[in-house]
Amino acid sequence: MITFNSSRRRLLGRALAFGAVSLLPGCDFDNAKHPDLADDFLRLMSGWNNEVQAALFNPNTLAPTFKPSQLTRPPRFNAFYDISQAPRVDTGTWRLKLSGRIGNKQSWRLDRLRALPQGSQITRLICVEGWRVIGQWSGVPLRHFLRAISADTRARYVAFRCADGYFTSIDMESALHPQTILALDFLDAPLTAPFGAPLRLRIPTKLGFKNPKSIVAMEVTNKWTGGYWANQGYNWFSGS
Amino acid sequence: MYSTETTVVLLARSHRNVPAKKVIHPWPLRVMHWLNAVTIITLIGSGWQIYNASPFLPFTFPEWATIGQWLGGAIAWHLAAIWLLMLNGLAYLTWGVSSGHFRRKLWPVTPSAVLHDTWAAIRFKLPHEVGVYNAVQRLLYLAVIAFGVLAVFSGWAVWKPVQLWPLSDLFGGFFLSRVVHFVAMSGIVLFLAVHILLVALVPRVLPPMITGGHLEDRTSRP
Repeated sequence: MITFNSSRRRLLGRALAFGAVSLLPGCDFDNAKHPDLADDFLRLMSGWNNEVQAALFNPNTLAPTFKPSQLTRPPRFNAFYDISQAPRVDTGTWRLKLSGRIGNKQSWRLDRLRALPQGSQITRLICVEGWRVIGQWSGVPLRHFLRAISADTRARYVAFRCADGYFTSIDMESALHPQTILALDFLDAPLTAPFGAPLRLRIPTKLGFKNPKSIVAMEVTNKWTGGYWANQGYNWFSGS
Repeated sequence: MYSTETTVVLLARSHRNVPAKKVIHPWPLRVMHWLNAVTIITLIGSGWQIYNASPFLPFTFPEWATIGQWLGGAIAWHLAAIWLLMLNGLAYLTWGVSSGHFRRKLWPVTPSAVLHDTWAAIRFKLPHEVGVYNAVQRLLYLAVIAFGVLAVFSGWAVWKPVQLWPLSDLFGGFFLSRVVHFVAMSGIVLFLAVHILLVALVPRVLPPMITGGHLEDRTSRP
């Protein structure tokens, strides 16, 4: 069986294969109308970098944690739209929809998620742009949630869809990392709209854009579904 | 009796009079030089674009001097070119040690020789000896190799501050890794400025880096 965390010997071959299958329309580094040799080359190398990062990923390596006095205040908002455009989700009617390789696909209400054991962390979020902030998040460790819904944790990816149209996916190894949580609270209070209410992914082993906000659906799958930024040319794995 | 330093200088000079090979630049060096030129320009240009997304000094680099057009493109170029740079750099270091190139061409570098040659260069009295690096050149080449190694390691620390946390800690954390990476880039850029200026001043040194050149055909006394 080929696992995502493949051996070094397989790296090159898998990177080549990844490059070949990832010639997606609209996935372009400069001009989407003229995909060229440079784009194919960059896509191939980005696939190779996905594999290198998967090989470097150690499930037991924890992201550094910080003291409450080190929290970034005020917190920094960042999205592909202005803060006033952040989606307002009705927490009463909100449901987390589940699909894919999951035993129990029943939708989840917010109060049921809050009833699960919670984990808290003060970690650093590093943006692909180069800046970083320290925040406190708490919520349901994703690996506990995946177990609670009888998900196939041997599947390759966990994919997320958001209320604002954003979407992204992560590798299963990173999804099972102990610091990967479905966050409900930020700075000791329920998440607010700009920071991903009512539910966001907090994954300190990846860059900021791999932390989707205002999640409405989650899928466990073997099919690579990319992401909002990955499909535009940012590296998909984007580990930290 | 000569002082130790004088002896070293004399030894270095006697060393210079022994032509080792017929070509000025052997072909592996030429191939690696031009591969390095392409990758280092790509890395600097894309690195400037990445820096511009979140500058930590009160300036950004002009758009015309950057590579990648936007942040995603710049990162893609940067993390593609780095593999070629690392492979080429490893090949260069391996070749430099095993062929004796470093020992013959870059060593020794003594403070007195550097001072002597710098003073001569300032007065435009430092002759270009074909196939021989003067003390200033030796120091600059060794420095740019060190900056290149520093750029690679600090770059890994910026790329993987969690997985490679010991390396990140070594540089003083994520932000200082960025600063060290920037300093290493600055060192390389300064070297390039001097390097290209010197080629502009003595243009006849350029063709041998393409063709290899011939040691015995040329004697140089300006």
